[in-house]
Amino acid sequence: MSLSDADRELVVAELGRDPTPAETVLFENLWSEHCAYRSSRPLLSAFSSEGEQVVVGPGDDAAVVRLPTYDEDGTETDEEGEMYITMGIESHNHPSYVDPYDGAATGVGGIVRDTLSMGAYPIALADSLYFGGFDREHSRYLLEGVVEGIADYGNAIGVPTVTGSVDFHENYEGNPLVNVACVGLLSADRLVTAEAQEAGNKLVLVGNATGRDGLGGASFASEDLAEDAETEDRPAVQVGDPYSEKLLIEANEELVDERLVASARDLGAAGLGGASSELVAKGGFGARIELDRVHQREPNMSALEILLAESQERMCYEVREEHVDRVAEIAAKYDLGCSVIGEVAEGNYVCTKDGETVVDVPPEFIADGAPMNDLDSVAPEQPTRDLPDADLPAAFEAVVGSPNTASKRWVYRQYDHEVGLRTAVRPGDDAAVMAIREANAGLAISSGANPNWTTCAPYDGARAVALENAANLAAKGATPLAAVDCLNGGNPEKPDVYGGFRGIVDGLADMCRDLSVPVVGGNVSLYNDSVSGPIPPTPTLAVVGTKAGYDAPPAAFDGAGEILLVGDAGGAFGGSEYLAQVGGSDGFPTLPENASETLSTLATVANAETTLAVHDVSHGGPAVSLAEMVTADAGAEVSVENALDLFDETPGRAVVETTAPESVREAFDGVASVTTLGSATTDGTLSLSVGDETLVYDAEEIADLRGVLARELD
Amino acid sequence: MTVAVVQFGGSNCDRDAVRALSHLGIDAERVWHEDGLPEDVTGIMLPGGFSYGDYLRAGAMAARSPILSEVREAAADGVPVLGVCNGAQVGCESGLTDGAFTTNESARFQCERVFLRVENADTPWTAAYDEGDVIALPIAHGEGRFEVSEERYDQLVEENRVLFRYCDADGNVTDDANPNGSRGNVAGICGDYGVGVLMPHPERACLPDLNGSTDGAGVLRGFEHA
Repeated sequence: MSLSDADRELVVAELGRDPTPAETVLFENLWSEHCAYRSSRPLLSAFSSEGEQVVVGPGDDAAVVRLPTYDEDGTETDEEGEMYITMGIESHNHPSYVDPYDGAATGVGGIVRDTLSMGAYPIALADSLYFGGFDREHSRYLLEGVVEGIADYGNAIGVPTVTGSVDFHENYEGNPLVNVACVGLLSADRLVTAEAQEAGNKLVLVGNATGRDGLGGASFASEDLAEDAETEDRPAVQVGDPYSEKLLIEANEELVDERLVASARDLGAAGLGGASSELVAKGGFGARIELDRVHQREPNMSALEILLAESQERMCYEVREEHVDRVAEIAAKYDLGCSVIGEVAEGNYVCTKDGETVVDVPPEFIADGAPMNDLDSVAPEQPTRDLPDADLPAAFEAVVGSPNTASKRWVYRQYDHEVGLRTAVRPGDDAAVMAIREANAGLAISSGANPNWTTCAPYDGARAVALENAANLAAKGATPLAAVDCLNGGNPEKPDVYGGFRGIVDGLADMCRDLSVPVVGGNVSLYNDSVSGPIPPTPTLAVVGTKAGYDAPPAAFDGAGEILLVGDAGGAFGGSEYLAQVGGSDGFPTLPENASETLSTLATVANAETTLAVHDVSHGGPAVSLAEMVTADAGAEVSVENALDLFDETPGRAVVETTAPESVREAFDGVASVTTLGSATTDGTLSLSVGDETLVYDAEEIADLRGVLARELD
Repeated sequence: MTVAVVQFGGSNCDRDAVRALSHLGIDAERVWHEDGLPEDVTGIMLPGGFSYGDYLRAGAMAARSPILSEVREAAADGVPVLGVCNGAQVGCESGLTDGAFTTNESARFQCERVFLRVENADTPWTAAYDEGDVIALPIAHGEGRFEVSEERYDQLVEENRVLFRYCDADGNVTDDANPNGSRGNVAGICGDYGVGVLMPHPERACLPDLNGSTDGAGVLRGFEHA
């Protein structure tokens, strides 16, 4: 990809001359879809990113949100919280196709550095991964490489991977998705932003030496994957070094401890050129940078290579002159390279090499001057109803045994999910809950999307994705606080693809607004398109919520309570795992109009002492929820009127085991329906009756059905 | 008294160790490896992580860093030394204990809960338990398979140096209960003086607010026996 003629004309008009070779590649990368959101920014105004709790909204390296604080007895205090969290999410889709191990690993590294540059310490990672059909060898190769890459990187840097999602869909065959979210923690007084503060301050580059790796990664991420991408685009993929990242985490912590950082930006897409120009432009400044001073790994690097290389584990700090020596000492302690490359200045963003000016452009023009695309879109059609007659046992086993609904233990067992001593609810549950002792708060985290839903109905499917993630928090008794999104789509120049993309943006935005969840940041990844066609429009949402304390009801049966299904069913099966398994089509279920009220009621019920277990209803419907709740010691006897009820995936619902069914009914009176499913047992068996047909599975049989990933991959 | 939790570049359980020890009322601080041991050190913990990235063999680089000479001397003077996970690998690599912890049989990283049977309750690290007790601790490692020659293994057993073996919930030491293929299901051993190493993480099974096992507190209380 090179600078388009139209863009070149704009640049020439602004500069009054032809751009230099270094300027040309800088514009090409910073004005790429990946960096400038040219096709998506016109749509993103749909999101509401405001709220009292929002400290830093979209546009910085990561968003910053104030945590509520709770008294020892669990009541929220009125005082303004002193603890902040950061939230960020990033996609590393194309690199993970070309080189799954390194592509996924460097995705983790990037989002962790986004956390560091706000002054925060990373406390949790969540990965949402999407692959082609699990029966394909190539999908398995990508899955194994991606999971190993995330594990090796995340485990080594000591940041627990606590939740996430894995989905398989044939339309990811030529273009898998790797979406990584990171949550960081900081006290209010440690906040740093990516906004340059003062002309004359030094720009200091700390971390790995710069080499010729990852050249043009941003522009590579902004076009369709070519058939020969695995070989041809390998040089655009970076290689990660988690040891250096861990040293960078420690060094950053000391720099912030000693208040040595005026502003910070991590080096990601478009390398040093991207980070330094955006940092100074955001503060309304320019810069003077001597590229010769950058510590380099290879000899004879050209100006544009130094500017554009995406070598990993590097940070750009703005530092007052009197603090520069101390910054260098801390970098030396951790064996990290450190070079003073220039300073914040009034006027243009200027880079020199060997005494010659190679870049001299207005900073706001390069950072924000990319013209937006006005693209045509065609709204997708809703499928019509064509429901097959399916055999119940076969359908149950196909849905519960599907790789999409199966246990993901094979994946999260490879992630260190406990380092940091904050993980109070572990992976395999609806949401992770992290202990934030500094605020007596439990921080619940959920992330994911459902490609079947958004394939069937991009708008309503995306609303359902938001509702489902929020329901995961409610099932653990938490109230949503904020969200970040990762919007993945195909080639936006295709009107039907852009129409689907528009649908997921609006759907996610509308449901988040209904739930009063500000969307404080995000990432857009387009051109996830290949010879196998576009991916399903995929709106990954990572949502956090808070609660008093860190206790949460388990998602497994206790054995002593009555079993209820709470929430309204949507009466349709489009996008369900059931239809994916047995064939047929249908429209998407209707979602509740009072979603917010439903979830706050669910959270109240989840926190009641009489509640023994809660598990939300999502992929696969109540059939899967119930199966997942069975243990060797506890099971359930359940009956439903209609077999299809077992497979209705309408989110915003949950299976609740309680010793006080009447108080649950009371709580939901006028809010949503409550259906008695049966009662829990202590025999470790799920007994499901539909009319005069009864299915019986014991815990071991269910574990076998749900164990498809481990069975096939180990 | 102060327990020094030695932080190498790449250590990542150092803060956790300090938090868990502090919870138990044991004074502890992180000590950067280049700064050397504090003078009043009453215990030394080598924490988990990936020292030097584990780019050579796990623990091999840290085992050769100058602070390990100080650790050896302190151990000989009777200061208790506990190596956990990467710290256990450092312990083996530095010769503080016998054997080696190497790549799991699965060749994958494994983060999960395991059961351990206490084999020898007569050490500071196991004094809180009775022989035959079963405790639950988490593991999180890719290189935790204990290996040692047949001959040395027999000697370890004879000298009663095995601290813990992987077992099932009922205390049976079986192949199925062995998460990583360790010889004899060995999860932790002791060296001379008060040196103990184990792959499972006692500091992750200490804090009651994490809704998991607190069985690991007994191991960390070994520092109180100094």
